[in-house]
Amino acid sequence: MKPDDPEIQWIEEPKLGLSGKMYLPLLIQGLTTTTRHLFSPKITISFPETRPKIENPLIYRGVHRLNKDEQGRVKCVACFLCATACPAHCIDIVGVESPWPDREKYPESFTIDELRCIFCGMCEEACPVDAIELTSLFDLTGRSREEMIFDKEKLLSVYDQTKDAEPMKSQELGGTV
Amino acid sequence: MQEIVVEALVKIALLIGGLMTAAAYLVLLERWMAAWVQDRVGPNRVGVPLTKVKLFGLGQPLADGLKFIFKEEITPHQVDKFLYTLAPISILAAALAAFAAIPFGSVLPSDAGIPGVEHQIDLVVAPGFDVGLIYVFALGSIAVYGVILGGWASNNKYSFLGGLRSSAQLIAYELPMGVGILGVVLFSGSLRLEKIVDVQAVSGIWNVVYQPLGFVVFLVAAFAESARLPFDLPECEQELIGGYHTEYAGMRLLMYLIAEFLHMVTAAFLIVILFFGGWHLWGLTGSGNEVTWTTAIMRVLVLSIKVLGVILFFMMARWSWPRFRFDQLMTLSWKVMLPLGLVNLVAVAALVEYQQAGGGTDWLAAAVMWGVAVATWIAAGIIAPLAGDNRPRNAGHDGMNTGLIP
Repeated sequence: MKPDDPEIQWIEEPKLGLSGKMYLPLLIQGLTTTTRHLFSPKITISFPETRPKIENPLIYRGVHRLNKDEQGRVKCVACFLCATACPAHCIDIVGVESPWPDREKYPESFTIDELRCIFCGMCEEACPVDAIELTSLFDLTGRSREEMIFDKEKLLSVYDQTKDAEPMKSQELGGTV
Repeated sequence: MQEIVVEALVKIALLIGGLMTAAAYLVLLERWMAAWVQDRVGPNRVGVPLTKVKLFGLGQPLADGLKFIFKEEITPHQVDKFLYTLAPISILAAALAAFAAIPFGSVLPSDAGIPGVEHQIDLVVAPGFDVGLIYVFALGSIAVYGVILGGWASNNKYSFLGGLRSSAQLIAYELPMGVGILGVVLFSGSLRLEKIVDVQAVSGIWNVVYQPLGFVVFLVAAFAESARLPFDLPECEQELIGGYHTEYAGMRLLMYLIAEFLHMVTAAFLIVILFFGGWHLWGLTGSGNEVTWTTAIMRVLVLSIKVLGVILFFMMARWSWPRFRFDQLMTLSWKVMLPLGLVNLVAVAALVEYQQAGGGTDWLAAAVMWGVAVATWIAAGIIAPLAGDNRPRNAGHDGMNTGLIP
C-alpha cells in the first residue's frame, strides 16, 4: 500500500497544548510514575521461600487428583469421556467390569502423563461423576520422565493429600453428587 | 621525579580498581532499579560464594563477571578481524583515559605523612592539567570511533546501522555539550576541573544557580553522548537487535558494556563538577586547600554521593521516558539545544561583564538568569520544532509534508 492510496485514512495525533510543548510537565509526570513504582509494593515474590497465595484453590488448574467416594472407592466409572476430551492425549484408562453393584465399570489402571498435560481442565469439565479434578498444587517436579507419569495410586494419593484443603468441588460448584 | 611516577601509578591503580568495581556494581544497581520500577523484586540471590549467605544479591557482579569470562569468544567469520578486536579496546581505553583529568576528591592534607612525598597530593591522576576539560571532551569524542569501527567491522547490517546512527547522534550532540561547557568555562575562567570546583566552593554558589539553561543543555547532551535511554538509538534493542555490538560476545562485549557504563559515570562526574559544585557542600567541606583528614575524606564522600545521585537519575530516566524518534533526536539537538546553549552563553557573558563591572547582589543576577532560562524555554515550547509528524503522505495534506510524494 503506497502513501497516496485513497484507501488510507490518515489519523491525526491530538495536538499538544502549551504545557505539552513545554515538555517539562510531561517529563515530571513520567518521573513521578516511575518513582511511585520504585517504592510501591512488589508483585513478584522470592519463590521457594515465599509461596504465592492462590486466590481460589477450587478453580485453580494444577496437578490432577482422582476423587474417592464415601466408601473409599475410586469414583471413576471408566467412561473415557476425559480421555476423549483431552486435547493433549495424556490420559490412558483401562476399564474393567466393576465388582460393585452400583456401576458397570471401573478403571483398572488410570494414568496421566503430567509432562504432556497442558492443564486445560477439559477432563474435569467432561467428567460426569466428578471423579477427576485439578488441584491447586502447581510446583510439579520430577527427576525422570517415568516419575512424571502418574498412575491410579498416585492420583488417589493426591486426593488424600488435598481433600482437607480443597473439598470436592461438586458441592460448592453445583456438581452432581 | 620517581615519586611522582609512583604516586601517579598508585592513583591509576586506585582509580581503575574503583571504576571497575563501580561499573560492576552499577550493573547490579541498574538491574535493581529496573526491577523495582517494574514492580519486581530484582536480583537478590547471589551472595558470598559457596555459602548460603545472600546479602541482598550483592555477589551478583562476581557471578556476572565469571559468566562473561567463561563465555565462548566467538569471532564471526565475516568480520574484519583486526578492527573487530580493536574497536572495543579503543572505546574502553578512551573511556578509562578520560578519568585522568577528572578529580575524584579534593586534596590530601599537606602534612599527610606519606613517606617520600613532600608536596600536597591532589586526588586526580593528572593534577594541574590546564586543559582538563578539553581532554575529557576529546576522549569522549573518541568513543564514536569505537562504535563506528565496531559497527563497520562486524559486517552486519544492524551493526552498521547502529554505528551510523551513533555517529550522527554523537556528532550532533558534541555541539550542545561544548556550548553548555563553554558557559561554565567562561564563568570560572579556567578549563581545569579542580579550578572550576574551587570557584564554586569559594563563592558557595553552584553553577546550576547561575546557569540553569546551560545545565539543561549539558544534561541532555550528556544523556545523548552516553547513549542512555531516551537517546539510545545506537543500540535500541527493539529496532536494531543490539546495534553496533550485535556481533560481539564474551569479553569483547563486556568491554563495550563497561565502556558504556564508564561513559555514564564520566557524564555524572562532569555534571556534578561543572554544575553542582563538585566536592563542595555548605558547612561540611569548607573551601581551599588547607584541609584536615576529616575534610579531605568528607569531600571525597560528598562528591561520590552527588555522582551516585546523578547516576540514579540516569537510571530512573531510562524507565521514565520513551525513546526519541531519529528525526526528533536531530531536531532536538540542532533546533532546540544548540540555540538554547547559545542563549545561555550570551547570558553568561553578560553576567561575567556585570560582575566584573562591580555589580553585586548575586541573587538578582541569578534571578535574571532564571528569567532568561524560563523565557527561552517557553519560546522553544511555542515554536515547538519537536512536535512533528514524519509519516509520508499525500501532497497538500498539511504543512508537515515530508515530501516523499510530490
